[in-house]
Amino acid sequence: MSSAVQTGRFNVYWLLVAPALLLVLVLYAAPILNVLLLSFADPKPGLGNYYKIVESDTVSRLIFTTIRLCLITTIASVTLGYIVAYAMLHAFSTMRQRMMSILLISFWISVLVRSFAWLMLLGHNGLLNNALMAGGIIAEPLPIMRNEFGVLIGMTEYMIPYAILPLLANMQGIDLRVTSASRSLGASNVQTFFRVFLPLTRPGIVAASLLVFISSLGFYVTPAILGGGKVQMIAEYISVQLLVTVRWGTAAMLATLMLVSVLVLMYVLNRFMRLSTVFGGGPR
Amino acid sequence: MTRGSSGIGVDFDRVTKRYGNMTAVEDVSLGIRAGEFLTLLGPSGSGKTTLLMMLAGFQDITAGDIRVGGQSIAAVPPEKRNFGMVFQGYALFPHMTVRGNIEYPLDIRRMAAADMERRLGAMLDLVQLRGFEDRYPQQLSGGQQQRVALARALSFEPRVLLLDEPLGALDRKLRADVQEQLKDIHNRVGTTFIYVTHDQEEALTMSDRIAIMNRGRIVQVGSPTELYERPRTVFAASFLGKSNFITRNGRTYALRPEKIDALPAGKGSGQNKLSGTIKAITYMGATLKLMVDVPGHASIEVQVPAWRNAGQFAESQAIDICWSDDAQVEVEAGDDEKAGVPPVRPSRG
Ligand SMILES: Nc1ncnc2c1ncn2[C@@H]1O[C@H](COP(=O)(O)OP(=O)(O)OP(=O)(O)O)[C@@H](O)[C@H]1O
Ligand SMILES: [Mg+2]
Repeated sequence: MSSAVQTGRFNVYWLLVAPALLLVLVLYAAPILNVLLLSFADPKPGLGNYYKIVESDTVSRLIFTTIRLCLITTIASVTLGYIVAYAMLHAFSTMRQRMMSILLISFWISVLVRSFAWLMLLGHNGLLNNALMAGGIIAEPLPIMRNEFGVLIGMTEYMIPYAILPLLANMQGIDLRVTSASRSLGASNVQTFFRVFLPLTRPGIVAASLLVFISSLGFYVTPAILGGGKVQMIAEYISVQLLVTVRWGTAAMLATLMLVSVLVLMYVLNRFMRLSTVFGGGPR
Repeated sequence: MTRGSSGIGVDFDRVTKRYGNMTAVEDVSLGIRAGEFLTLLGPSGSGKTTLLMMLAGFQDITAGDIRVGGQSIAAVPPEKRNFGMVFQGYALFPHMTVRGNIEYPLDIRRMAAADMERRLGAMLDLVQLRGFEDRYPQQLSGGQQQRVALARALSFEPRVLLLDEPLGALDRKLRADVQEQLKDIHNRVGTTFIYVTHDQEEALTMSDRIAIMNRGRIVQVGSPTELYERPRTVFAASFLGKSNFITRNGRTYALRPEKIDALPAGKGSGQNKLSGTIKAITYMGATLKLMVDVPGHASIEVQVPAWRNAGQFAESQAIDICWSDDAQVEVEAGDDEKAGVPPVRPSRG
């Protein structure tokens, strides 16, 4: 870090990034501002779009569904992610490295591919149903996919790696001698986990939960494919408003709503844990 | 707390620990008496922590047995062993206050709240931390944290207290203070203390007995006086205190620097005498350290009281060094690391 930045003096080298900065400002901030304006201006000026949150059954049900799905996804993926992170923490180093690469690879597989993979595995004509029917265990295919449950499976699976990273960062910061100390003081393995380890991972749990929840709000492809048209979340609804029914005001209002909720949650997250730590910057 | 729990004896019976094909502890037999303050002293990597971890139950034993009060503890999980343990770095629970830390083992044992409060008070008095009960570990100094760790380990009146280099993080002055307090606490509670350190001075001043370890083995066990005055091997002599080694008739003798007299050339007398020149003089406050070159031999370190000899000696001055027969101790060269020290041959004077 240069001293110029620290003393707050203007550094000429900032000029080098100025074009990029300008580009971001114009191409990114301006449209967002436009969306904000639209939500108050289209089709007619006022808070009309926002009244829909309480007035329109469709919109309020949509918001409710989105929050519910995101909450369940958060609980499920943080719980499962916690188990994986715990296993990684206690694995031998070669094993841990292997687990880490698998984790990173999973980030590169697109959400579209994953959704179709789930259909092939658990869908109507999927591997599981075909095998069970061939084995004569069931007569009708199990309705796992193309409903809310299917969407939850897809979302949870996608979010688990996002839960693992902050949890692992947090766990790696814990001096494991405290767990030995707890045992030597008379606490069993289980007591040690609940009274010492779990409380020490609370910042990680909070960070992982907020991160997963925020990211889940934007799910679009997964509910569209795995929900079989029966499960709609905000992101998909916005696209329908834009492309099919052409009600930009409603779409803009929902987009603004999402943006504001994300910002609020980010603020909370930042209070609990420095953002850089969550995204792998390491504790300071 | 006055003489709460009384200690219990611990017996290591031919204990061996291997990691793969690396042997960390080899065939260690050691009897520790009830209420004793025993120190494990040895260089880094000599197996001290491993020995302690096997006793505490965090490492399993490859061969041999450990008995506490005559009972084998091989199958007992760590939480059932009832040993207090002070870890290197203290390992206090950062999410609990001093009170929470000290009461933790009592709470686990479902002690009644009133008893717990009383015990907490007694512990805080013992380690002189009254008024700190609502602080978190991060809000304490190193020495205070160390005392909390001690109070926590003693609060449930364990029969044995294990301390793994508990003073490593403290500065010299604080170390001396806490050493004294530890010794005092040991005298008052009567628990068996097993203390790990690689600081020889600490071992000498605190222990009832010291076990010197090297490369996973116990080299010698004895009281501080015994070990200092009558080391059995070159390693024991050079690890606990300083020593010159002198070979005569195929035998090796250890000779402490402060047991040698230095006199101007020609004035020397005594049962053993060597002539040489002073290579270097170091003023150490209480003593004057002379490195003496003996022709044809390695240099010998001599320490004489500084106040009486100031100004008497100068570098490259010729001097006589002498000592009596009872100042030297015959030692085994053995397979020690320090056996490479070249011995010198004195002339009979
Ligand atoms: N988990 C392990 N796996 C393999 N080797 C180990 C393991 N733990 C310790 N060792 C080896 O066993 C030997 C003894 O280690 P130990 O920790 O007991 O030494 P120590 O006497 O406590 O040293 P120090 O004074 O540095 O703490 C060392 O050579 C160490 O490298
Ligand atoms: Mg050690």
